[in-house]
Amino acid sequence: MIRVTLPPHLRKLAHVDGEVKLDVAGQITQRSVLDALEARYPMLRGTIRDHVTQRRRAFVRFFACGEDLSHESPDAPLPDAVAIGAESFMIVGAIAGG
Amino acid sequence: MSGVRVLVGTRKGAFILTSDEKRKKWEVSSPHFAGWEMYHLKGSPAEPNRLYASQSSSWFGQIIQRSDDGGKTWHQPGTPPGEPTTAPDGTPKGESNKFAYDTSAETGKPLTTHQWYDGTPHPWEFKRVWHLEPSLTDPDTVYAGVEDAALFRSTDGGQNWQELAGLRGHGSGDKWAPGAGGMCLHTVLLDPSNHERMFVAISSAGAFRTDDAGKTWRPINRGLHSLYIPDPTAEIGHCVHRIAMHGSRPDVLFMQKHWDVMRSDDGGESWHEISGNLPTDFGFAIDVHAHEPDTIYVVPIKSDSEHFPLDGKLRVYRSRSGGNEWEALTKGLPQSDCYVNVLRDAMAVDSLDKCGVYFGTTGGQVYASTDAGDNWAPIVRDLPPVVSVEVQTPP
Repeated sequence: MIRVTLPPHLRKLAHVDGEVKLDVAGQITQRSVLDALEARYPMLRGTIRDHVTQRRRAFVRFFACGEDLSHESPDAPLPDAVAIGAESFMIVGAIAGG
Repeated sequence: MSGVRVLVGTRKGAFILTSDEKRKKWEVSSPHFAGWEMYHLKGSPAEPNRLYASQSSSWFGQIIQRSDDGGKTWHQPGTPPGEPTTAPDGTPKGESNKFAYDTSAETGKPLTTHQWYDGTPHPWEFKRVWHLEPSLTDPDTVYAGVEDAALFRSTDGGQNWQELAGLRGHGSGDKWAPGAGGMCLHTVLLDPSNHERMFVAISSAGAFRTDDAGKTWRPINRGLHSLYIPDPTAEIGHCVHRIAMHGSRPDVLFMQKHWDVMRSDDGGESWHEISGNLPTDFGFAIDVHAHEPDTIYVVPIKSDSEHFPLDGKLRVYRSRSGGNEWEALTKGLPQSDCYVNVLRDAMAVDSLDKCGVYFGTTGGQVYASTDAGDNWAPIVRDLPPVVSVEVQTPP
């Protein structure tokens, strides 16, 4: 079970409270986690990754286990602690005013 | 529905204001989509309880929301939560927030760049939906004017969007350039007498018309004169801020341009200036009285560098002669120390016997007049900055 933490705007959009828990098949990577997230919550498609390019949106960051994973390859394995559900994969909106 | 429903888009959420036909007491809803930029909400003329809303964020992109009960509840049209996002044959199901430019050779042209502010080629990038224009007859058909400028259409209630690529591909698209607010397609006018005809306007490219339901387009900017571009009478490059039309007379168009208030009497084939005695002819919003096609409203703004009313006095100007002769409407509006702006989509009229006129400000006020502009009062005065105002009245 993979745990994913969404920023408040996306929690509201997906109608969820707290963490999201996902079954993810195969290797646990950013791509496989986000694919599973979007399959479960299709209203989130396009909000984290661009619809067309599938690249992370500029103001969205990924963190886990105290590390910034935003610039890692989407196909790189996520930390073991995320893969076994001990830690959450955090999707965070960049801090900015407004 | 009875009475009046005002749909207000703001920088931090949407609000629905309701009143009976007297328009004296108003209920203000809690914010819908709190914290999101709500560029535009509009109801279907064919089914007033069908509302469409553009919800966007610099962080999370574009969302389309739909209500089928007059704004009480909303949902994103498209694939419901938990359902497969692909059909059994493997094709993707509806993604209501997917606005993908058409670059196919069959329906469009592989147009990849427009001009950047400095004139260099810049790739086309979708940013947001500025304006939603529901069909006059079909609640499931709605048009979306987007940034970077293009026109999309949904015929399934907002589940899927297809670009009307003939607009970008008609020949001048590579010369379009953004205005200060971005390269947005902000005006979509549907001709009620001819379903094949539409008008759109783009900052800062100009106005365009189709006579075949969006397949082919051409610029309609003859007569516009813009001193801020190298060739002031060029076919392309005019910063049109808004166009308004009265449904009974669709060949007559009124335009608030970056500077100049303009009029066309021939469906945009030619334009002439009607700024007349306005104290400044810069502005954004323009609209037409619901029952008097020659009565028009603008809110003059000091200049392109000072986006607030002249002399700190918020004044709507009304012409009852289709332009040139204008009168200031001030009763009930602040006449000192007022430095708000009224944006292009933030003015609307109702269709009650005594036409109501409404506008919202960047200071968060929504003002209404129940007597065609003679007297004004705020409906609500402390919202986030208002981006758009639309009004619905009973059929």
